[in-house]
Amino acid sequence: MHRNPARPLSPHLTIWRWGPHMLVSILHRMTGVGLATVGAIAFTWWLAAAASGPEAYDSFRDCADDWYGLIIWVGLTWAFFQHTLSGLRHFVMDMGAGYALQTNKFWATMTVAGAIVLAVLTWLYILEVRS
Amino acid sequence: MRMETPIGRVRGLGSARSGTHHWWLERLTSVSTLLLFVWFLVALLRLPSLDHDTVTGWLGQPLAAAPMLLLIVSTFWHLKLGLQVVVEDYVHDGGLKAFSIILVNFFAIALGALAFYSVLKIAFGGEA
Repeated sequence: MHRNPARPLSPHLTIWRWGPHMLVSILHRMTGVGLATVGAIAFTWWLAAAASGPEAYDSFRDCADDWYGLIIWVGLTWAFFQHTLSGLRHFVMDMGAGYALQTNKFWATMTVAGAIVLAVLTWLYILEVRS
Repeated sequence: MRMETPIGRVRGLGSARSGTHHWWLERLTSVSTLLLFVWFLVALLRLPSLDHDTVTGWLGQPLAAAPMLLLIVSTFWHLKLGLQVVVEDYVHDGGLKAFSIILVNFFAIALGALAFYSVLKIAFGGEA
């Protein structure tokens, strides 16, 4: 592709002051990619192991119940809530609402806080039921 | 004044013929995935345990297997669309971009097929 290196370029990432909306934007992508790869593989492994029989299911559970498995589940829980909440924020913005600076900043912050709160509540519930 | 480029006129593809199709499907599948995942997580948390018998017994019921199959189609479709956008945004080399998009599609369809078939196998009682 022919490119004129001297052409005027719009200012890129480095020139903007960092804000919550930028964090949420990139978190939406990162959690999306995480869920789509790690999450999808873990989910499919669980189903395929269940379909293959008790032995295969046991070897899945050996990994799933181990400490690194737990880290992955907690990570996926947080990623799920972060992606869901910032996805809901995208719906509002798709309708053309929520672009005023303070509103935008407020709801961007709320998706980050809300995802952490929901992930913690989910795991409190899981640990409560288990014990 | 024509706003088309000469190559655009030759190809006969004006903007807004199919430009929003991908975007729209991504929004559509995000709604269905969200609804189905709320169901899935609530059902999962309500199961007395996650051992083999409980899980296969649960997925053997039509009212668990059918939404689960829908969830798999919806989720893997959504993640295929999403991963493809990420590739299109960050991979600029033409050949590598085409290769990555093919890889993303193969990954999503192969993994989705495995998950889909596994639910069918459990649902139809074929577990070993």
